[in-house]
Amino acid sequence: MDYGTVTALHDVSFEIKDNEFFTLLGPSGCGKTTLLRLIAGFEEATAGEIRLFGEDIARLDPNHRPVNTVFQHYALFPHMSVIDNVAFGLKMKGVDLATRRARAGQMLEMVHLSSFSDRMHTQLSGGQQQRVALARALAPQPKVLLLDEPLSALDLKLRQAMRVELKSLQEQTGITFIFVTHDQEEALTMSDRIAVMSAGRVQQIGTAKEIYEAPINHFVADFIGETNIIQVNVLSIMGDQALVQLPGGQQISCPAAAAKIGPQHLSIRPERVSLGGIGHLSGTVERLVYLGTDLLVLTQLEGGAALQVRVQNARLTGLPKPGDSVTLTLEEGASRLLVD
Amino acid sequence: MALLIKSTGAQSNGYRGIIGRLLAPTWLVIGIFLLFPVLLMAVYSFLTKEFRGGVEWDFTLAAYDQFFVTRGLFGDEPAQIEWTYIGIFWRSIWQAALATITCLVIGFPTAWFIATQAPRSRGVWLFLITIPYWVNLLIRTVSLKFLIRDNGPLNEFLLGIGLIDSPLPLINTNLAVQLGLFYSYLPFMVLPIYASVERYNFAYSEAAADLYANRWTTLREIVLPIVKPGIIAGCILVFVPSLGAFLSPDLLGGAKTFMIGSLIDEQFKGSQGNWPFGAASAMILMSLVLIVLMFYARAAAREDQP
Repeated sequence: MDYGTVTALHDVSFEIKDNEFFTLLGPSGCGKTTLLRLIAGFEEATAGEIRLFGEDIARLDPNHRPVNTVFQHYALFPHMSVIDNVAFGLKMKGVDLATRRARAGQMLEMVHLSSFSDRMHTQLSGGQQQRVALARALAPQPKVLLLDEPLSALDLKLRQAMRVELKSLQEQTGITFIFVTHDQEEALTMSDRIAVMSAGRVQQIGTAKEIYEAPINHFVADFIGETNIIQVNVLSIMGDQALVQLPGGQQISCPAAAAKIGPQHLSIRPERVSLGGIGHLSGTVERLVYLGTDLLVLTQLEGGAALQVRVQNARLTGLPKPGDSVTLTLEEGASRLLVD
Repeated sequence: MALLIKSTGAQSNGYRGIIGRLLAPTWLVIGIFLLFPVLLMAVYSFLTKEFRGGVEWDFTLAAYDQFFVTRGLFGDEPAQIEWTYIGIFWRSIWQAALATITCLVIGFPTAWFIATQAPRSRGVWLFLITIPYWVNLLIRTVSLKFLIRDNGPLNEFLLGIGLIDSPLPLINTNLAVQLGLFYSYLPFMVLPIYASVERYNFAYSEAAADLYANRWTTLREIVLPIVKPGIIAGCILVFVPSLGAFLSPDLLGGAKTFMIGSLIDEQFKGSQGNWPFGAASAMILMSLVLIVLMFYARAAAREDQP
C-alpha cells in the first residue's frame, strides 16, 4: 500500500481463522487502519492478495465484499432513524421490507436497543450510537466484521462494559471479528489472537498470553503492558539460563531465549518483582506512586539503573518509604532478553 | 487557606436588556431598507396612475384589474380574464425553472469537484468561480450579446472551421435568455452546494458502500438527502432572481421572450410608464415567490419531525 512515496504496509502476510476474534494492535500510524481499509475495500493494495474463504477479493469494490465495518466515529446516516440505519444493508441486498424490518428489530434486541428503533441517532448517547453501528454492521450477516477503534470515543466505564459485550457478541454470532486498536488492554482482554504492528510491519502474532509473556522483540515488549527495559551485558549462556550483568555490576540469571553474548536489552515486568525475599537485586526506593489497586515503587538499583516495581495495595504490609534500602526478588517469568 | 469556595448555586447575569438595545440599529436597517420599500410598493399598487409617471393619491383597484381582467380594446365588452400578463408570468416561471435546473445540473458537479479538492486549492477554485462577478452584470450581459450575435466571434469561429454554413441564430431566442440567466446566477447555485458538500462526511459514503450500496444508490439514498439543504438554498437563490431578471431577457431575448422583470421595468421608465401597474405586478410576483417559499418551509418542517 503506497501513499505517494511512503509505503504504509510492507510484506504483511497472515491468516485469520474462522470464528476468531483477531486484533490488529499498534501505535497510530503503524498501518493497522490501512490494513483494515484494504480488507474492507476502501484502499487498494499496490501488490498482493486478500483471500476470503479461498476467494480473492482484493480487486472487488467494497459493495461486493461480504464484510461489514463498524467505523471509528460510527458514520450513522444522519437522515435515517435507528431502524432504517440497521436495515440499510439488507435493503441494499434486496431483502423485502417486512423481512428486513424484522431482522433489524432482532439486531436491535441483541444490542439492547429495541425501544429506540424510531429515534434519530442524534438523540442517542455515544454508547448507544456505538451499539447501533454494531447492529447495522451485523445485520447483513457478514462473513467478517471489521471494527476500526470502535471504543475509542467512549468513556472508560462504557469502554470496559463494551469489551465484554463485544466478546460475547462475537461468540454468539460466530462471525470472525477483526478489531483494530491502539489500546493494548482492549486487545489483551478480548482477542483470541493479536497481531502487533509497527511501522507497516507485523512484529508478532500470537495469543494475548504469548505476546505478553514471550515478546519477540524490543518493540513488542515495550508496547504491550508496562516493562522495565535495561541495557545489560550477557556474560555466559548455560543451557536454558543466561548470566547477565546490569549497569551497576549486579549479576542475575534469566531465561536464555534469544540470548547472545554481548550487550542486549533485558525486559523486567514490574508486577513480577517483589520487595524483600531472597533478593536477586538490591536498590533504594526513590518514590511511591499510588495507583488505586496498585502501588508503583520507583527504585534505583545499585549502580544506577532505574527499576519500577508494581505491588498490590492489598498485599502490602510494611510500606517502604523513599530512601529505604530494599532487596528485590524476580519471580518466575519476570525477565526476558530481547531482540532489537 | 489559599482559596475557599462556597456556593449556593450559580446563575448567569442577564444581558437580555442590553442585547435588545444593541440590536436597535439592525431593526432600523430592516425597517428602512426592507419593510418600508415593500409597504410603499404595496400602497402604490392601489393608487391611480398619473400621466407623466408618478401617482395620484386616489385609492383604486385599477392596476390589479388591468393585470387580470380585460374588457376588450375599448373597454365596452363583458369582463374576461386577461391572459397577456398571466402568460408573461407563466413564461417567466418556466424560464426561471429551466435556468434553475441547468444551474443545478452544472453547478452540483462543479461544487462537488471543488469541495473534494485539497483544502488549499479549494480557495483558488472558488476564487476562479467568482472572478467574472467582479465585472458589472450589465457589461457581462452586453458582452455575451456580442459573443453570440450572428457575426460575433462564436459564429465567425464555427463558420471559419467549416462546422456550419450559415450563422447560428442564437441571439433573440429562449436559448440566449437561458444562457444569460445561467451565466448570471451559476455561482448562487455553486456556493451553497459547495458549503454543504464541504461539510459532508465521506465516511457516510464509505459506510454505504460497505453496506452493499453502489455509487448511484449511495448518491440517491445518502449524499443527496444529506446535502439537500444546500441544494434547496441554491435553487431558491437562482430561481428567485431569475424570475425577476430583466437584463438577460431584454438584451439577449427579443419581444418573444418578454419576462416579468422587463414588464415591471417598463412601467417605471419615462412618461410611458404606469407606476401603480408596475407596483401591482411586483406585488403579485412577490406573493408568488412567498407562496412557493411557504410551501417549502412547511414541507421542511414536516420532515424535521421524527
